[in-house]
Amino acid sequence: MSEIINVKNLVKKYDNNFTAVKNLSLKINQGEIIALLGPNGAGKTTLISTICGLSSITSGSIKVNGLDVIHDYRKTRDLIGLVPQELALEPFEKVINSINFSRRLFGKKDDNEYIEKLLSKLQLFDKKNNIIKSLSGGMKRRVMIAKALSHEPQILFLDEPTAGVDVELRKDMWNIIKELKNEGVTIILTTHYIEEAEMIADRIGIINHGELLLVEEKNELIRRMSVKILNIKLKKTLKRIPQKLKKYNLKIIDNGHSLNYFYNIGNEKTGITSLLSDMNEIGINLFDIQTQETSLEDIFVKIIKD
Amino acid sequence: MNFRGIHAIYRYEMNRSFRTLIQSLVSPVLSTILYFIVFGAAIGSRMDNISEVSYGAFIVPGLIMLTVQMQSVNNASFGIYFPKFIGTTYELLSAPLSFVEIVIGYVGAATTKAFSIGLIILSTSYLFVDLEIKYPFFMICFLFITCMTFSLLGFIIGIVSDNFEQLNIVPMLIITPLVFLGGSFYTIDMLPPFWQNFALLNPIVYLISGFRWSFFGVGDVPILTSVIFMLMFTSICISIIWYIFKTGYKIKN
Ligand SMILES: Nc1ncnc2c1ncn2[C@@H]1O[C@H](COP(=O)(O)OP(=O)(O)OP(=O)(O)O)[C@@H](O)[C@H]1O
Ligand SMILES: [Mg+2]
Repeated sequence: MSEIINVKNLVKKYDNNFTAVKNLSLKINQGEIIALLGPNGAGKTTLISTICGLSSITSGSIKVNGLDVIHDYRKTRDLIGLVPQELALEPFEKVINSINFSRRLFGKKDDNEYIEKLLSKLQLFDKKNNIIKSLSGGMKRRVMIAKALSHEPQILFLDEPTAGVDVELRKDMWNIIKELKNEGVTIILTTHYIEEAEMIADRIGIINHGELLLVEEKNELIRRMSVKILNIKLKKTLKRIPQKLKKYNLKIIDNGHSLNYFYNIGNEKTGITSLLSDMNEIGINLFDIQTQETSLEDIFVKIIKD
Repeated sequence: MNFRGIHAIYRYEMNRSFRTLIQSLVSPVLSTILYFIVFGAAIGSRMDNISEVSYGAFIVPGLIMLTVQMQSVNNASFGIYFPKFIGTTYELLSAPLSFVEIVIGYVGAATTKAFSIGLIILSTSYLFVDLEIKYPFFMICFLFITCMTFSLLGFIIGIVSDNFEQLNIVPMLIITPLVFLGGSFYTIDMLPPFWQNFALLNPIVYLISGFRWSFFGVGDVPILTSVIFMLMFTSICISIIWYIFKTGYKIKN
């Protein structure tokens, strides 16, 4: 996969001397969906703003499609569509005018066919002559997306696209994002909904205090970091872990009614079979067993805390 | 140059004023008519001619200047402040547009509006007074440059302002008094000597005088002084814009 964005040693210091991004490097591949996770104030929006031209760069460099975002800003911005975190629309403008305006700002000729297709895809077609003020919040967010896509960008930044959006619409949004990916658009999104990243991202980057803590293939990350729990309900209570079972990562819970066994699914062997046969050998009888998985959420919390 | 982008901004701004036609066009024209009635017809009929020009005709250039100056500042400052206020500047900044192109779009639209209003007032004034313009070409150029310069000034005010109060304060506390005292309704030598010196510190005096010269061939100060003043004023505004551009002051974080 070829790389489409290359952020190198980026530092962003705001006028009040606050450093929001500290020496951050990140490569984004063409055609992928990358989700940036991080708590409030982590620097996600700041990172996006420097790539898109809303913020100046204190030091470091950003290349889009091999071109510097400052030197060749016309060419790089041409490739990029941005949906900012905040809804920002002129209330008394018609939907269609607002979208056409965005396209024209990019120096593109009007293309009614493309815009109408876009409106249909975002389920805005029958609202196109409404003034923006008359739309619901979710519709406004879709107008923002339509504006960002109006000039047919190859890269789309979505800064919290599903904040304050209901479940139904969120699923629609995911479908739209996946569809765009199928059309070859590279998508960078930030989110606070970890299941959202889990659902749609190819890679996940975690940012905190202006630093990129990790960026990894989603499945790889989950596999590497996931700890599974085997919960064993016992017929008789257990006061302490017998000598023979000390080598297993076990914990007595429920006042001795159950045992929890922790294992990593990334490992070759889970150790479940030998644990169960060892238990059988020393006469501990099972009542029931079940497994629990750690979610990306648990992983996220663990990484941020460390 | 991203001409389509410039045109998009220009057209958008022009449409915005068509949507608010009453406010942007009818109201300045109406207030000028009121000035004509009060100063031209009612008071003017009792006034002596000034340098062989009837008082009603005398105030025409001043009224046009007064209106276009205030309109330019208001239109341009609001034009750029409003997107800042509602947050849509992100669109301008993330588009392949240079700062100069953004300025041309906004200032161009504000200039066009003010210039059209100026011409409309001029036409309206023919209903009230006999008017002959001595140097029409010069008049048009001078009017245009005034509109452009004050639009640049308005753009600067819009960029620098952080809230509506700041947006209003410069036009209200500085520009309006200077414009009103700039000799729209009188010549400087009608003032008591002490105030005459004071009046010469007011830059607007030179602009109104120059504009009036294009109508009647006479002004408070020599025409060359007016032209030099005008150009100085324009260059100062352009330099400030340039500084804003170079430093990214108040536009980029
Ligand atoms: N214009 C600014 N001037 C000074 N500091 C700023 C400015 N914008 C953001 N910051 C600070 O930079 C830090 C990062 O902010 P940023 O908006 O990038 O966070 P974020 O990761 O997008 O957070 P959220 O999830 O809340 O959107 C914050 O501490 C914020 O207060
Ligand atoms: Mg943010």
